Amino acid sequence: MLKKLRITLAVIMILLVTALFIGAGYGISQWIGWAAKIQFLPAVLSLSLIAVAIIVVALLFGRIYCSIVCPLGVMQDIYSWLGGKIKKNRFSYVKEHKWLRYTVCAIFVVCLIFGFTPVITLLEPYGNFGRIVTSFYMRNVTLSIIAWVMMLILGVLAFLYGRAYCNSICPVGTILSFFSRFSLFRVRFDQDKCKHCGLCEKNCKARAIDAKAGTVDYSRCVVCGDCTAQCKFDALHYTAKRPISKTETASSEPDLGRRSFLVGSAIAAGTAAVAQAQMKVDGGLAVITEKEAPKRQTLITPPGSVSARHMQKHCTGCQLCVSACPNNVLRPSTDLMHFMQPTMSFEIGYCRPECTRCGEVCPTGAIKPITKEEKTAIHAGHAVWVKDNCVVLTDGVSCGNCQRHCPTGAIQMVEYQHNGQTVMIPTINESRCIGCGACENLCPSRPFSAIYVEGNVMHRMD
Amino acid sequence: MGGAAVATSVVLSACKSNNNNEIIPANVIDGQGEMTYRVNPNSGDKVSLLGYGMMRLPIEGGADLRQNPDAQVDQEMVNEEIDYALEHGVNYFDTAPVYTRGRSEGVTGIALSRHPRNSYYIATKLSNFSPSTWSTEASKAMFEHSLSELRTEYVDYLLLHSIGGGGKDMTGMDMFNARFIENGILDWLVEQKEAGRIRNLGFSFHGEQEVFDTMLRWHDEGKYHWDFVQIQMNYADWNYANRIDPDNVNANYLYEELHRRGIPVVIMEPLLGGRLAKQPDFIVKQMKEREPETPVARWAFRFAGTPEGVLVVLSGMTYMEHLMENVATYSPLRPITPDENEFLMKVAEEFVELKTVPCTACNYCMPCPYGLNIPAIFAHYNDCITEGNMPAGNPEAEEYRRNRRAFLLGYDSKVPYERQASHCIGCHQCEEHCPQKIAIANEMRRIDEFVEHLKQQG
Repeated sequence: MLKKLRITLAVIMILLVTALFIGAGYGISQWIGWAAKIQFLPAVLSLSLIAVAIIVVALLFGRIYCSIVCPLGVMQDIYSWLGGKIKKNRFSYVKEHKWLRYTVCAIFVVCLIFGFTPVITLLEPYGNFGRIVTSFYMRNVTLSIIAWVMMLILGVLAFLYGRAYCNSICPVGTILSFFSRFSLFRVRFDQDKCKHCGLCEKNCKARAIDAKAGTVDYSRCVVCGDCTAQCKFDALHYTAKRPISKTETASSEPDLGRRSFLVGSAIAAGTAAVAQAQMKVDGGLAVITEKEAPKRQTLITPPGSVSARHMQKHCTGCQLCVSACPNNVLRPSTDLMHFMQPTMSFEIGYCRPECTRCGEVCPTGAIKPITKEEKTAIHAGHAVWVKDNCVVLTDGVSCGNCQRHCPTGAIQMVEYQHNGQTVMIPTINESRCIGCGACENLCPSRPFSAIYVEGNVMHRMD
Repeated sequence: MGGAAVATSVVLSACKSNNNNEIIPANVIDGQGEMTYRVNPNSGDKVSLLGYGMMRLPIEGGADLRQNPDAQVDQEMVNEEIDYALEHGVNYFDTAPVYTRGRSEGVTGIALSRHPRNSYYIATKLSNFSPSTWSTEASKAMFEHSLSELRTEYVDYLLLHSIGGGGKDMTGMDMFNARFIENGILDWLVEQKEAGRIRNLGFSFHGEQEVFDTMLRWHDEGKYHWDFVQIQMNYADWNYANRIDPDNVNANYLYEELHRRGIPVVIMEPLLGGRLAKQPDFIVKQMKEREPETPVARWAFRFAGTPEGVLVVLSGMTYMEHLMENVATYSPLRPITPDENEFLMKVAEEFVELKTVPCTACNYCMPCPYGLNIPAIFAHYNDCITEGNMPAGNPEAEEYRRNRRAFLLGYDSKVPYERQASHCIGCHQCEEHCPQKIAIANEMRRIDEFVEHLKQQG
């Protein structure tokens, strides 16, 4: 039975995708990372053949993707089901909102071409689902607000109107609708058996069935099987007939034009003298002030992301890499042009030389997978010394913690004259620094490090 | 070979080896008699051989203050332990103003004052380490404060706390002069003794041999008279203290110099900060083969109490089980036989070869101004060595991977990332306070490199 099969597969998929996000930090992605990679927009962004496969499936079987694979769709089905418990048989046919759908889709495609990220992020379904899941365990206010507002809007819409978002706003739904119109397998009326009772229309969460006219709008049907399960007269079947001869070419791949947006901001140089605890003999732990992220002129994107621009054009802000990062380096950006996309900061940990997780899990290819060896050869950023914060000068102690932990040996301590004394200060060899953040993370100066990383606009490997 | 004099008291246990030098396990049960006492030849005090060290006190909720520096000391537990100790013949209690983050004297005073004053001896110290306490007024005030905290009019044993160590640009003698000579405090303490507020005046020693020798020279010349001296002694430091660290003085030298002058010796660190109770399996096995039911720590305590010049052996008994075990050890003392002595010297050599960090977790290095938890880092590293969990050999091997995981996960769970060795900047401020003269910054670097090496194999 179509409905039972659909529900089984849908539940499996939504559990898998949820588990993928929650378990991303624990290495689960090696088993179920594919669940993110078969999502439509990630497949498109990573230029994967899976995108073509999804379209072919829509041509053959209609929009089963929307009922089974898309976790946001399954989430809405849950809300819709709840709505159905309150009021049975609540739906009615509406005409296709052509102008709304196509306008939104057009805006979406234009933004995709020109890399206007916030629109992509907010409209695309998989990324929305990812943010909803991660907002429950990532402590990030902006993320939570964005995620829960969407969850609320979708919840209300689904509760009242079923798949309203999917059929009037979701650009993936609109794109697939071009092909599902001509699907081979579709829900068909057996006019002889149909008694025009209208039960199917009243239970169609896509509001695509006109029971009086005996038609189904295949651009909006998500092949959920509710109608065929409801019909008491065996008048609805999901079957194939002779294929329709009319064909239409698939829309061409988005032309990757280039526009870049650089956000400039001032560097905040906080003075960071460490308070020296009174050396009380026999015990005690010094209070540690938490580190704060400096204002970076250029955001840092993880090695494998090629450049901030590449990231911007390919990332849906799903938070999978953020969940997977074992050192708490990646977090969603609140910068408008990189909204919800990952950026790096080093207050808690740094981008360790042997870790390549983010590239492994990214389903869109925004962060390409790299090897361990490549990682320490990719210059994702460059370190900058902040003289006013350096404890060698402010506390009069010898340090060199940055130099000791630099994985590429990019820091050398040199002699420096300060107040009549010779001290050793760190200097950065720009050609060796890869911007991993070890120096920023392990610098004792608090709350602002005396050495920190600025992003490279484009990563290089020389 | 150690030169420890064997006490002439009757040996209770069966012979440990026969003529073929086979080890025969001995069926020994200790603690069936009365507490052993030693007599202070100068004052006639009859002192229990077991003394209670009041530095490592229990805190509420279990554990000790090192793990949770701001927790409350468990006064009830301390009361219970002191009651048990007194009941079983322990009558010497050693404290200091700086112990337990300054709370030890108060806690000890509360616990002891519940008993008649003449049933116990109090030992405390003048712990004027910090330059802010070097002035005459400040040092005097410290002493007066000790009397008030301990709820007593007089101190039985007063020590110049931990002399022998230098500081930044100061030798051990420079430091001693600043703390006790230039401010006239040593002379003032002699006056207090004449006034009856101090019964026995002595010092505890950690550091340069020159300082120790100078003190004894003054004693010989009659310039000052030492009623007792407290030294670090155990079966590892006996012959091998300077193998652990070339700047340290072997305990056998210290003991002999004091004993031949008839100066009673008080022993601290009989367990080397607990490390002689946490031996690796292959050493434990050797001990258990000889005496299957004797606790590992008892070997160290028997060794420390055997030399006849020892007046009292101090043990910081945080837990009731330790107290009960030690009371049994000394009720009465079963002195170490020459054969056992040879055995312990062999064990000492094996122990020193382990190359654990010689940290006794005294916490004098804390707080590190940059937030490191130095004793916890050393403790974890040492535990991995003694428990046989050091990743070594082929990095692909199953055992290596397991040890590596155990090391890294254990490290993260015992020491928060911000307080791990990677954050040591090498300012060296801790090193002047370490009584064991550990090159702390170097050790931190070594441990950090080791950890980094392990992580990069992930």
